[in-house]
Amino acid sequence: MAPGVSPTAEPRWLRRLLIGAAALLLGLFLLLPLAAVFTEALRRGWAPAWQALSEPDAVAAVRLTLLVAAIAVPVNMAGGVAAAWCIAKFRFPGRSLLLALIELPFSVSPVISGLVWVLLFGAQGWFGPWLQAHDVQIVFAVPGLMLATLFVTFPFVARTLIPLMQDQGRGAEEAAATLGASGWQTFRRVTLPDIRWALLSGVLLCNARAMGEFGAVSVVSGHIRGETNTMPLHVEILYNEYQFVAAFAVAALLALLALVTLAAKTLLERGTRRGLPA
Amino acid sequence: MSLEVAQLSRRFGDAQALRDVSLAVRGGEFVALLGPSGSGKTTLLRVLAGLDFADAGTVRIDGRDMSAVPARERGIGFVFQSYALFRHMSVFENIAFGLRVRPRAQRPPRAEIARRVEALLGRMGIAELARRLPEQISGGQRQRVALARALAIEPRLLLLDEPFGALDAEVRKGLRRWLRALHAELGLTSLFVTHDQEEAMELADRVAVMQAGAVVQFDTPAAILDRPASAFVAGFLGHAARLPARLSAGALHFDPLPLPPLPRAALRATPEAEGPAVAFVRSHEWRIRPAAAGEGNATLLHARRSGGREQLEIDLAGQVIEAEAAPGLLQPGQPCVVEAVTARAYADKP
Repeated sequence: MAPGVSPTAEPRWLRRLLIGAAALLLGLFLLLPLAAVFTEALRRGWAPAWQALSEPDAVAAVRLTLLVAAIAVPVNMAGGVAAAWCIAKFRFPGRSLLLALIELPFSVSPVISGLVWVLLFGAQGWFGPWLQAHDVQIVFAVPGLMLATLFVTFPFVARTLIPLMQDQGRGAEEAAATLGASGWQTFRRVTLPDIRWALLSGVLLCNARAMGEFGAVSVVSGHIRGETNTMPLHVEILYNEYQFVAAFAVAALLALLALVTLAAKTLLERGTRRGLPA
Repeated sequence: MSLEVAQLSRRFGDAQALRDVSLAVRGGEFVALLGPSGSGKTTLLRVLAGLDFADAGTVRIDGRDMSAVPARERGIGFVFQSYALFRHMSVFENIAFGLRVRPRAQRPPRAEIARRVEALLGRMGIAELARRLPEQISGGQRQRVALARALAIEPRLLLLDEPFGALDAEVRKGLRRWLRALHAELGLTSLFVTHDQEEAMELADRVAVMQAGAVVQFDTPAAILDRPASAFVAGFLGHAARLPARLSAGALHFDPLPLPPLPRAALRATPEAEGPAVAFVRSHEWRIRPAAAGEGNATLLHARRSGGREQLEIDLAGQVIEAEAAPGLLQPGQPCVVEAVTARAYADKP
């Protein structure tokens, strides 16, 4: 065997074939659509694209998307940390049920994730008459978008944290307790610093999904322009109206937000691998 | 500082981790909890620290019942088996933690904290490691950091779970002596868990031997070695050969082994009633001589020099026993005559 060749390595032609196939698939299914989005958006130059983005309905959609993310992400961050903490550090009855519930939003179709809110709070829903009597609008309004997004994006933080926290065990927390730390001091000074990179990574994933969610949001939105349209919904409307440049311009902005998020996540992960201290 | 444990019980599902444990430790004592794995030593330690809770029984420190006192208010230093150092904090910050988390009114000023941490670092001989992270130091050094962190809160009771378990033999020996000295110097009251009987005997003022969740004997090392309270203790300690035996007509018979019986007066522990028994004979309690033609009840398998003596492995009618003799007495394969000088015998309960 030639020096420098690992004993477990496949023959060279096979390695090249596999790498080539992977690159081809990646290009075909990931890079090409992304490139298409940006090309289509700029087909007629920057001006029409910019115009589409500065149109009031588009601005309202961007604003709403950012608002939904700004609420869903912190709420799910807190909820996700709490759920992961319970599941990773304690044994209690109903623990596996809780674990299954956390994964529920991943396993049901987004359409159902939206529909449940209509069934609960819609005009014909369980609480519909009561809500109407008290003049509270949830479905086809911003609160409905919040609920649907919260539901769909709940698992990201918890799922990222659970394996790490399970791996770390309870030793450090117990040590902190014997040293006189209160629950909050233990969380802030011991637990949180230990999970911060994973937490950031989970938060960024949650953010990407919160901004990009279509299915669940589409069911509860009602598609009222300038009021309950988030960016993904706005893209669909524009596209259905044959305003291709505008549709792709908004889509490109959305993709850009997602790309920034992913880039941030990658940078963070590189930091973790280097084992950056404190 | 005094510690009283009374009738402590703890059950995990089907497993009885602690069974009616009672123990009284005086201030300044160094006590070992010794037993095989699964005997409840660590559970007992965790209950004392408030990290686990007993189903029944009480723990009193200086007469005060601890059952309603949470771990963080007990002021007990705990050194974890895996050290449980805070990964993201420097050695200095690890040690300072217990002082920094105190309520403002009791928290020493910043400079005072630094002074105390540095004093501890110096005492532990790790002053140069202050800025390192736990992952950047060796196992023995981590052990010292864990100890310094526990001592920083000036605990009234120090608990150590297998303090030398993860260290190699050389480091272990050094740390043992050092810990013994530190205990005396600081006037600590300490309990440590170990499964290593030599460690327990060398370090502790008194040893609590645990078996299946119960303390079966609690006494000084010398007394435990001299008068094991049960067959379990005798078997667990002191490299003894376990032999089938029977007490009858005022003597201990070893049949079916070809050994001469021992009169009752020669025994160091005697069953209360006649009948089947187990006997323990330690390696220095054998008399051995080369066999003349036609006699001999055993054969030398293997000899190993240890200090000024030789450790022999002898085949006694199929049972291998360990014995001590003067060097060069026997050659491997040579037939010999062995007899027990004394034995500790206990009733063989089914």
